[in-house]
Amino acid sequence: MDKTPKIDLDPGYDFKRKAKSFFTNNMVTIMFIVLSLLAFQVSGMNSHLYFSDIVSRMSRNSFTVLSLIIPVIAGMGLNFSIIVGAMAAQAIIIYVTHWGVPGFAGIMLCVVLVAPLSILLGYLTGNLFNRVKGQEMITGLIFGYFAMGVYTFIFLQLVGGILPMDNEVLVLSSGVGIRTTIDLTGGIRYGLDDLLRLPLPIMMIIAGAIGALYQLFVFLKSDRYKSERLNLVVWLLISILVVVLAVVLMNSSSPLRNISIPAATWMAIIALCFFLVFFTKTKLGQDMRSVGQDRHVAAVSGINVDRVRVIAIIMSTVLASWGHIIFLQNMGAWSTYGSHMQIGFYAIAAILIGGATVSKATIGQALLGVFLFHTLFIVAPAAGREIIGDAQAGEYFRVFVAYGVIGVTLAMHAWKTRLQSMQKIKDLKEKEDLAG
Amino acid sequence: MAEEYLLQMEKICKSYFGTKVLTDVNLALKPGEIHAVVGENGAGKSTLMNILFGMPVIQSTGGCEGEILIEGNPVEIVSPLQAMDLGIGMVHQEFMLLPNYTITENIKLNREILNDNIISRIFGNNLKTLNYRAMNADARKALDSLDIGIEEFTKVAGLPVGYMQFAEIAREIDKSNIRMLVFDEPTAVLTESEASNLLDAMRKIAGRGIAILFITHRLDEVMEIADNITVLRDGRLVATKRKEDTDIFELAELMVGRKVEKLFDRTSQVKDEDIALKIDGLKVSMPGEVVKGLDLEVYRGEIFGIGGLAGQGKIGVANGVMGLYPCEGSVLINGQKLVLNNPRESMNRELAFLSEDRRGVGLLLDSAIEINIVVTSMQNKGRFLKKFGPLTQIDSPVVREHSLQLIKELDIRCTGPTQLVKRLSGGNQQKVCIARALTLNPEILFISEPTRGIDIGAKRLVLETLIRLNEELGMTIIMTSSELAELRSICDRIAIVSGGKVAGILKPDAPDLDFGLLMAGQIDRKGA
Amino acid sequence: MQNLFKSFVQNFGIPRLIILGFFLLLCVMAIILDIDFSDLMSASLVRIGMNGILVLAILPSIVCGTGPNFGLSLGIICGLLGGLIAMELTLNGFTNFFAAIAFAIPFAVLVGYGYGLLLNKVKGSEMMFAIFVGWSIVSVMKIGWLLLPFNSPEMAWPIGRGVRVTIALLNREVSQLLNNFWAFNIGNVTIPTGLLLFFVLCCVLVWLFMRSKTGMAMYAAGDNPRFAEAAGIEVDKQRIIGTIVSTILGAIGILVYAQSFGFYQLYEGPFMMPFIAIAAILIGGASIKKASITNVIVGSFLFFGILVVSMPVANAFMADISSMAEITRQIIQNGIILYALMQAGKGDGA
Repeated sequence: MDKTPKIDLDPGYDFKRKAKSFFTNNMVTIMFIVLSLLAFQVSGMNSHLYFSDIVSRMSRNSFTVLSLIIPVIAGMGLNFSIIVGAMAAQAIIIYVTHWGVPGFAGIMLCVVLVAPLSILLGYLTGNLFNRVKGQEMITGLIFGYFAMGVYTFIFLQLVGGILPMDNEVLVLSSGVGIRTTIDLTGGIRYGLDDLLRLPLPIMMIIAGAIGALYQLFVFLKSDRYKSERLNLVVWLLISILVVVLAVVLMNSSSPLRNISIPAATWMAIIALCFFLVFFTKTKLGQDMRSVGQDRHVAAVSGINVDRVRVIAIIMSTVLASWGHIIFLQNMGAWSTYGSHMQIGFYAIAAILIGGATVSKATIGQALLGVFLFHTLFIVAPAAGREIIGDAQAGEYFRVFVAYGVIGVTLAMHAWKTRLQSMQKIKDLKEKEDLAG
Repeated sequence: MAEEYLLQMEKICKSYFGTKVLTDVNLALKPGEIHAVVGENGAGKSTLMNILFGMPVIQSTGGCEGEILIEGNPVEIVSPLQAMDLGIGMVHQEFMLLPNYTITENIKLNREILNDNIISRIFGNNLKTLNYRAMNADARKALDSLDIGIEEFTKVAGLPVGYMQFAEIAREIDKSNIRMLVFDEPTAVLTESEASNLLDAMRKIAGRGIAILFITHRLDEVMEIADNITVLRDGRLVATKRKEDTDIFELAELMVGRKVEKLFDRTSQVKDEDIALKIDGLKVSMPGEVVKGLDLEVYRGEIFGIGGLAGQGKIGVANGVMGLYPCEGSVLINGQKLVLNNPRESMNRELAFLSEDRRGVGLLLDSAIEINIVVTSMQNKGRFLKKFGPLTQIDSPVVREHSLQLIKELDIRCTGPTQLVKRLSGGNQQKVCIARALTLNPEILFISEPTRGIDIGAKRLVLETLIRLNEELGMTIIMTSSELAELRSICDRIAIVSGGKVAGILKPDAPDLDFGLLMAGQIDRKGA
Repeated sequence: MQNLFKSFVQNFGIPRLIILGFFLLLCVMAIILDIDFSDLMSASLVRIGMNGILVLAILPSIVCGTGPNFGLSLGIICGLLGGLIAMELTLNGFTNFFAAIAFAIPFAVLVGYGYGLLLNKVKGSEMMFAIFVGWSIVSVMKIGWLLLPFNSPEMAWPIGRGVRVTIALLNREVSQLLNNFWAFNIGNVTIPTGLLLFFVLCCVLVWLFMRSKTGMAMYAAGDNPRFAEAAGIEVDKQRIIGTIVSTILGAIGILVYAQSFGFYQLYEGPFMMPFIAIAAILIGGASIKKASITNVIVGSFLFFGILVVSMPVANAFMADISSMAEITRQIIQNGIILYALMQAGKGDGA
C-alpha cells in the first residue's frame, strides 16, 4: 500500500491575495495611521513637544494595555474589568500616600500590597465570568461600574468615618470622604520613573540590542512553528533599525536626542513583554490557548476549563493594577473618583487600534496601539482648533474614536462569527455536491 | 495468566428518564480485533459507546447497570479522563481538534512534554516550558505509523476532512497506554478514497495489537474489514456474528426485522391515485440531512412515509419543501409549481408542517397554549383579528373559543388555554403542534418524527389522531420518521431515503430484508 | 405552602427581593425619622412619571429579540434635536411640547431604521455593540452640538460656537407643563396628573400595539426566531420595527423627562441614561429576553421610589450625602443588570 500522497498545502506565494487579506485584516490600524498622520499635519504641532509627550504616554500606559492580552488568549475577549484592578491600585495608593512612604519605596510597597487584593478581586471576577460564559465582556463592563459604586461608597462615605483616617490633605474638610483629586507630588510621584533616566538614543540602543539578541536566541532555538521564522526576521530588522536610528540621532543636532526616558519603567514593560512570551510557551499558557480556542474540546481532553479561566482573569487584574500604579506615579495628580473608568476603555481602544481583535492580541499590537492611540490623543485638540476652530471638537473627536473603534471591532467580531458558521454550511453544501 | 478478552461488557442497561434505551447488551473484544457494531438509529450504538467512554451525559442521567471488565478486572467508568487512563481512546464523530494548533499540538493536547525552568522551580509545575522538539518527534512517529505524509507542524485549520480525522486518530495512538480505539461513524464525512485510506489505517492499528470498535451502518465496509459483528436493535443485542458466518443480506435483515403488529385498523383513503404532490430533483442544504436530488410522487389522501437512517436526508425533505432550509428543484402541488424557500408561500398553498424539532421550531414555550395554536394562522391567513381600518387587534374571544374546541377534540391535557406550553408533557405539546397545524386547514400535512420523546401511551394517541385526520378530513399526510415500525404500522407506502436520494419505495408489508438493504444504501443489490 | 414560597422566591429573584426589602426599609425609616412623607410621595410620582416612558422604550427592544436597548441614547438624541428645533422656532407651551415630539419622530424613525439594520448584522452580540454605538454617537454629537446652526439666545453660547450644555425650558412655558396639567392634591400630596396620564397613555398605546398583528409577529420573532421564520414571519423586519418603536419612545421619553426636569441636558447627558431605564425594567421583573408592561410600571415605581426616599433618609445618618443617591443608584442599577446577565447566562453557555 503506497504512502498517502503528500498534499501541497502551500500553493505558492500568492502576492495579490496576501496583500488583499493583509489590508482587510488590518484595516483599522491602517486607517488609524493615515488619520494620525493627517491630524498631525493639520495640527501643526511641534515635533519635540509631540515626542516628549508620546514618550511619557507610552511609558505610563503600555503596561496596562499589555495586561489585556492574557484574557484574549484564554478566549474571554476584551477584559473590561481591568477597571477593578485599577481601583484596587488606587485604594492601596491612597493608604500608602496616607502613611507617607515616598518614592521608589512607596511604589514597591504599593506593588506588594495590591497583589493580594487584586488576586482576590480577580478570583471573584473570574468566577463571575464562568457563570456567564459567552457574555464575559458586557458582564465585565457592568461589573466595573458596579465595583465603581462600591469603591465610591467606601472612599466617599466610609473612609474618615467608620474607616478612620486622620489626614487633612487627603480627607475632605467634613472629616469623611477622600478629596476628589489627589496629588502624589512628594509621595510616590515619579517613584519608578526617577529611578533611572536615560536619554532617548541610549535607551533606543539598549532596546534594540535586547531585541536583536532575543530574536537571535529564539531563532536558534525555535521549533514550534516554522512560519514563525518570518516574524523573527522582521523583528530582528526592526531592532537593528532602532539601533541605527539611535546612532544617527546621537550624532545629529535634533532636540530629540535630549528627551529623557524613564528607563526603569521601560525595564518593567520589557520584563512584562518577556514574561508574556515565556508564558505562552508554558503548560499553563498552552492550556489557556487551548481553552481559548474551544472550551468543549479542552474539557474533554481533561483540562480544568473553569480554573484556567479564573487564573487568566487573576493575572490580568494583578497586571492591570500594577499598570495603574505606573500610570498614576507618572500622572502625579489624579481624580479619585473618575480616572479609572476611562483608563479601561482607552486601554482597550488602544490595543484594538494596534490590530488586536476579540480573539487575538499580541505584544506588537499592544505597543503599536498605544503609540497610535495616544498620537491621535495628542494631536486631536490642536487639529480640532485648526479645522473647526474649537479645540474642544478635537477632544470630543478622540473620545468618539475610542468608543467607535471598540464598537466597530465588536461588530466585526460578531459578523465574522456568523459568517464562519454560514461558511460552514456553504462548505458542507459544496462538499456534498462534489461527493454526491 | 493472560486474559483472553481485552474488554467485556455484560448485561448493560441504560434508561433515559424512564425510557429504556439499552437492555442486557453484551459485547466482548480481544486485543487486535476489529469489531463492528451495527444498527438503525436509536438502536443504542452511540449510547453504548458513551457508556464505555465515561461521557458526562451518562452520569448526569442516572448512570447505567451491568458490568464492564477490562482485562478481566471490573471497572466503573465515570469520566473520559478515566477511560483514557484505562487505555480506551475515542475518535468522535465531531472532531475534537483545535483548528489554530498544529497537528503536534493537537496530538499532545493536555499531554504536552514539559521541561523545567527557573520560574517553574519556584512557582510550580504549571509554568514548565513545552518541549516542542520532543513533541514533534512523537507526533512524527504517530503519523508515520499511519503512513501519513503530512508535516506534523501544519496547522489543522484548512486540512481536508480526511486528514483531520487522521490527526484525531494519531492523537489516540500516541497515548502510550492505548489498548482499544472506538470509531463512531468515522466514514460518514469522508470521500470514498478517504474512507478507504481510513480502513487501511484501521488494519494497521489492529495489527499493532490495538482493538477497534467500529460503529457504522455501512454494511459493505463492515464486511470488508470487521472480524466480528454485533447487531443491535431497539436497545437489545440481536446477534453477534463472525464475518465468515454472515453476509450483507443477513445483517440487513437482523438490523431491521421485527414483528410488525397491525396495531391500527385503517383503510386507505386513496381514491384515484391522482397526484397531490410531485417532487423532482429536490436538493436541500440542511446541515446533517442534505438532500441531493430527490424525486417523489404522493397521492391525494395517502399517508405516505419517509424513512431512512439518520443523516441520510429524510428530515431535509419536509424542511426544504416548507422553506425552512435553502432548497432548489421543482415541487408541484396539484400540478401547480410551488414557490420555494418561502414558508408563507407553502402555507398559502395549503401545506402545513410539524417540525421534528418540536421545542426549537415548533413551539413558543413561554407562551400560552392558545397563542401557540393561533399565531401562525393569524400571521398567514389573517384569522383571529379584529380590524379597525389599517389597525388590527387580536380577537381574544374567538381565539379562546377556538382553542377550547381544539383542546377538547385532541384531548390536550392541560389546566386551560392560558397554560404555558412548556409545562405540558411531550405528548400534549405535540398535540398543541397538531392543533396549530389543523388551524391552518391544510390539504397536505408534513409531520416529522411525530412520536419522538413521547411516552408509549401518548405515541398511540398521536398516531390515532393522524389516522383520524386522514379519514375524517381526507388530509394527505407525509410522515417522516426514524422508527420504521411506526411507519409500517400506518402508512400506505414508505420511501426510504439514503445518501440524499430515494433508494426505493416499499409497501409496509414488504420483507424486512428489503427495508434493511435500502437503508444500508444497497440500492443496486435490491434488484429493482 | 413551603414549595410555593420557594418557587415564588426563585422566580422573583433574590436581588429583587433585596431591593424590595430595601425600599420598604427606607419607607419605614422615613416614617420613623419624621420625614415629610407626602413630600416624598409627590416627588416619587413625579420621578416615576418623568422616567416612565424611557423605561417603556426598553420593552419593544427586549420583546423583538434584540435585548435591552443599550443604544437608547440614539432615540434620546433624536428627542433632544426635536426639542431644540421647537425652541429655535420660539414656540411656547403645549405647542412647543407637541411640536418637539412631531419633529423628533421622523428623526427617530430614520435613526431607528438604520440602527435596526446594524443590529441585524450582530445577532447574538447586540448588547455590547449597542453600548458602544450609543457612546460613540453621544461623543460625536458633542461635536454636532458645537456645529449645529441653532442661534436662539437661550440655546447658543453668547460667545463662541455651539449650544449650551444645559438649556433651560422656563422661558418657553414648557417646564412642568405636563406635571401641572390637571394637577390636584390629596392631602399634602400633589398628583402630577398630566404627567401620569401621558405615561399611562403611552403604556396603553404600546399595549394595543403588542396585541396587533404586527405586535404579535414581533413577539414571536423575539421569543423564538426559528418558530417565527417557520411561521412565515420575517424576523429581521420585526427586529427593525421593534428598534424603531423603541427609538421613538426614547425620543418622546426624553422630552417628557426634560419638561419635568426643566432642562435639556446635551453633550454628556444621554451617556448613561439607557442604563437607568434598563435597570428599572429589570427590577420590575423583566429579563434580558422577556418583558411586559407590568415590569415597566412596577420597575419604575421601585427604582425611582428608592432614589427619592434614600436621599433624606441618608441625610439623617451621614454627613455629606450629596452623592449618596448617586452611589445608591450606581450600586442598585448595575447590580440588577449584573443579576439579569447571570440569569441569562444560566440558559446559554457551552
